[in-house]
Amino acid sequence: MDILRGVSFQVDAGEIFGFLGPNGAGKTTTMKCILGLLRPDSGTIEIFRHGYDRTDVRTRVGFLPEYPYFYEYLSGPELLRFSARLFPVATGMIEARIQVLMKMVGLEGVGSLKLKKYSKGMVQRIGLAQALINDPDLVMLDEPFSGLDPIGRKELRDIVFHLKDAGKTVFFSSHILQDMEMIVDKVGIIFKGRILKQGRLTDLVTEYIHSFEIVFTGVAEDKIRTRLGIPTRQDDNQMVRTRGIEEMNQAVDFIRKNHGRILSVTPVRKTLEDIFLEEIQR
Amino acid sequence: MKIRAIAINTFREAARNKVFYLLIVVGLVFVLSSRVVSLLVIGDRVQVLKDIGLAAINFFSVLIAIFTGINLVFKEIDKKTVYNILSKPISRHCFILGKFLGLAFTLLVALGSMMLVFSMFLLLAAGEFDWRLLIYFLLLYSELLIITAVSLVFSSFSTPILSSIFTIIVYLIGHVVWTFNEFKHRLVDPVVKIVAYVMYYILPNLEKYNIKDQLVMGESVRWNLVGYSLLYAALYISALLLLSVIIFNRREFQ
Repeated sequence: MDILRGVSFQVDAGEIFGFLGPNGAGKTTTMKCILGLLRPDSGTIEIFRHGYDRTDVRTRVGFLPEYPYFYEYLSGPELLRFSARLFPVATGMIEARIQVLMKMVGLEGVGSLKLKKYSKGMVQRIGLAQALINDPDLVMLDEPFSGLDPIGRKELRDIVFHLKDAGKTVFFSSHILQDMEMIVDKVGIIFKGRILKQGRLTDLVTEYIHSFEIVFTGVAEDKIRTRLGIPTRQDDNQMVRTRGIEEMNQAVDFIRKNHGRILSVTPVRKTLEDIFLEEIQR
Repeated sequence: MKIRAIAINTFREAARNKVFYLLIVVGLVFVLSSRVVSLLVIGDRVQVLKDIGLAAINFFSVLIAIFTGINLVFKEIDKKTVYNILSKPISRHCFILGKFLGLAFTLLVALGSMMLVFSMFLLLAAGEFDWRLLIYFLLLYSELLIITAVSLVFSSFSTPILSSIFTIIVYLIGHVVWTFNEFKHRLVDPVVKIVAYVMYYILPNLEKYNIKDQLVMGESVRWNLVGYSLLYAALYISALLLLSVIIFNRREFQ
């Protein structure tokens, strides 16, 4: 059975790319292919313009797996030390890096507590730390928000922004749209092994502004009906819905000409959720 | 550096597992119990001490080899810790090699500590230090490494339970496989003959590594056999590691 059938996308350096799709869409499989854990039957994958199956390419990559599971018998710093030694890093740098990362993920002070005793959120945090141990240029996070409480989610968002500021590329998957909307530059929507849609989030969103709601007051209803259709009453105000920017401008002109008072013009965007559901139903 | 990191971590995993110590301690209890048994028999008590003591060491070290070998590799895959390693710049053969070296070191510590206690015990109980114990140690250690390499091959594609069964079967047949050659003229059925022939050449001849009887009976060491056995072990282990790497390289991590 083909799990991935039409996955093609590009992530540019320095951007935050959200890989969005419901469970079972092929997000993890795609990430595993990129990391060389699975080998695609056909197609090409390039990281930093090199073949994905070159071991040295992964020197510049950090990865946080979904449901991360680490050696339970190690403590957090021990795991990081072990992870660091799998990279060609100078031994002298390791301890300082571990300190920085433990602080960054909010685990300073847990000391020699074994991972066995970590909570789910703590495992996620140490997982993020080990993904960043080599100061990677490309950070791949598989469902990084799962298992985090609201504070943890906020902290993770801050870390992702921090990585972006440092010029890193972040590729993360999620099935939770709100996590994406707040941080991504670009999204790729995957469903049943196919990329349905991809692009800059702002482009995708303006593409999906399908109407404007104009709230106004002071124009007789029969006048409006002839031109703008039946208005909806909102307390003492009226509201009409227009399609497209042209139509909205014409409507505003018409209301103003008839001595109406514009109270608000609101673009009605589809949320990512709407886009998502629509694409799936198609 | 990378292989060493994996090897050290493998050893650390074994060393932080209570079962590892339990097996060593129980093994030592059996070794020491040989003293009690030796009091009950008529004849050479030192012989009995050696016989029972070395048998206990043999049994428990093989047990440790089979179970640590199988568990440590399968667990990496089952618990998905292998993702964290292979998503880093580690090639798969480095991983297998690191695992093997870690296990080899684990077994060195386990067998070494049992042999050390046994030698001291023998020194106290019988007042003799038998330098041939070193040869025994070396050969048994080679056998353990062969078993570990066998379990590594099986666990690179199979589940722990099946791997344990396969490895135990190889271990058991390995100790009688020499008979396949010895008695081949008695085999009539050509199919059985071929199977026996193939098994004789494919399976490790582990009986070569068992010099307990010679040691207990006080026979002299046949150096050429020891040398041959060590060379055989080295080649056999290399072949098995290569096979593990080939299987592991093809493996997909769903």
